[in-house]
Amino acid sequence: MTKVTRYPPGEIIIWLFIMAELLVFGLFFAAYAITRIDNVELFELYQKNLDTTAALYNTIALLSSSYFVIRSVIAIKADEQKNAYRWMLLAVAMGLVFIVIKTDEFSHHIDNGITLSTNTFYMFYLSLAFFHYLHVILGLVILGVLAHNMNKGMYSSKENASVETGASYWHMVDLVWLILFPLVYVM
Amino acid sequence: MKYTSQMVAKPYFIAAIALFVGQILFGVIMGMQYVVGDFLFPEIPFNVARMVHTNLLIVWLLFGFMGAAYYMVPDEAETELHSPLLAKVMFWIFLAAGVVTILGYLLVPYATLAEITMNDLLPTMGREFLEQPTIIKIGIVIVALAFLYNISMTILKGRKTVINLVLLIGLVGLAVFFLFAFYNPSNIVLDKLFWWFVVHLWVEGVWELILGSLLAYVLIKTTGVDREVIEKWLYVIIAMALITGLIGTGHHFFWIGTPGYWQWWGSIFSALEPIPFFMMTIFAFNMVNKRRRQHPNKAAVLWALGCSVMAFLGAGVWGFMHTLSFVNYYTHGSQITAAHGHMAFYGAYVMIVLAIISYAMPMLNGRKAANSMKSQVVEMWSFWLMTVSMVFITLFLTAAGILQVYLQRMNGDASLPFMVIQDKIEIFYWMREGAGIIFLIGLIVYVASFFVGRDQPEAEMPK
Repeated sequence: MTKVTRYPPGEIIIWLFIMAELLVFGLFFAAYAITRIDNVELFELYQKNLDTTAALYNTIALLSSSYFVIRSVIAIKADEQKNAYRWMLLAVAMGLVFIVIKTDEFSHHIDNGITLSTNTFYMFYLSLAFFHYLHVILGLVILGVLAHNMNKGMYSSKENASVETGASYWHMVDLVWLILFPLVYVM
Repeated sequence: MKYTSQMVAKPYFIAAIALFVGQILFGVIMGMQYVVGDFLFPEIPFNVARMVHTNLLIVWLLFGFMGAAYYMVPDEAETELHSPLLAKVMFWIFLAAGVVTILGYLLVPYATLAEITMNDLLPTMGREFLEQPTIIKIGIVIVALAFLYNISMTILKGRKTVINLVLLIGLVGLAVFFLFAFYNPSNIVLDKLFWWFVVHLWVEGVWELILGSLLAYVLIKTTGVDREVIEKWLYVIIAMALITGLIGTGHHFFWIGTPGYWQWWGSIFSALEPIPFFMMTIFAFNMVNKRRRQHPNKAAVLWALGCSVMAFLGAGVWGFMHTLSFVNYYTHGSQITAAHGHMAFYGAYVMIVLAIISYAMPMLNGRKAANSMKSQVVEMWSFWLMTVSMVFITLFLTAAGILQVYLQRMNGDASLPFMVIQDKIEIFYWMREGAGIIFLIGLIVYVASFFVGRDQPEAEMPK
């Protein structure tokens, strides 16, 4: 049996979607950066209020989740359905960790009366973080469906385009966070 | 045509075309009133002509969508329509409501119309696009509910396809957003905000689903490309349309008193609204290039391809032109908006309805797959006449708009008053009127295409 390596991995159509999504985030990041130039002091002041430790845990959660997804893809390509399923469950679990931590952060902001209208920094921070948060939820739904199908034995070394498609999307969600975290929390 | 119940689509299509003719007649009258202010005054004042022009547009497109659904859904679901009788009854109710409303606008002063229809019991009248008397609005809701019931029951009992489901989501969205026509908060900011929910969340949100679904259907039928390929495109297109369109509608909230973040949300998300339209263009041309068979109905393919291009230009490019808040600060409510409105409505929604009519009508008239070549040639002439004149209408209005914005809003202390500028840009209004008359001629040619070549044999399947 010859090993099929697709490039780009997964369905081509997901890459169009990923490009479009990155364009949305890209525009938001650019707008953030340009606005920050004129409001350096304000941004620095309120950036200090953010919970960098929570964000660091979240970075670890998403990175490890992405790693587990990769292990799941590798496993399914080796026809190890059981292992693939377990790795995928771990990936979902780490995604849920992100959601829990982030939800806690949001509720903290709400308790402090912070809204989109508080100031320009919070407008950008809340918009970006919440938009990304929604993407994590969508990604988790996709991974959940993949895990469910894996459990039913729907994928194999020959039939795994959907797994790669979902994995590609999840890496995009991860990638956006890897830009969002240093840009908004650290720099 | 596989199912006899698909026949109920025919009266819907005929009514759509008849009302389309009415819409364009009033467009031409109004175009003349731009330059000859008292033209047909006091019989048809400008504000009434405008109301008729925009209301007829919406109503005939709704007729078109319903006809399209009644034709497509049974075919996709591979079963007869749940209740053809209900569809016929609703047709007459909707038509009667539409005609009564237009006559009301034309024959009675608007305030009197409000009074005799007891608008004060539940005031909903007076807002742009939503001028219909409350009782008519209630009628529209009843028609919409009966229609959705009929379509849903058909889908439920038959084969479930992505195309049908996307259409259904679009139609449900259409009905749900219409309910905001009844919400009339006393806070003027909220009133404006929710007003945008009706027509604008349609055109840049749920109607894009209807457009995508109908386009995919016509393409599957005329190209024979695998359903699976087309469905994948459809998923991505509708996801992008909803992500960009629903929040992108925020570009209407810039200057009505909403919080400042709408400047950013509206700008960023709406700036990406051209993406789904661009995807639709690529999608349509890709599918036609990959076609597995030649279809004898060339006219339908032309409308479908034309729709994908003109929707991208009109909705995508002309929309982007003035969507960023710092640009819109100067351009909002100018002739640039009118230019965008004309090409976007024509490109996206008029053309998709004409595409599905072009595809379905031959079968509804008892043909196997297509009209005679003679009829198709006339129809394709009408395509070019209408499309090219719409391009010119758009260009002339854009030129008028740029001048208007410059002279009225960007010239500092030397800025001129509105009416003075209207005189200065008169030449563009005359040219727009000329292009409008050619559009009307194109439409007459279009109607004629249904009557020529009827006795001639069907166009043959090209080898």
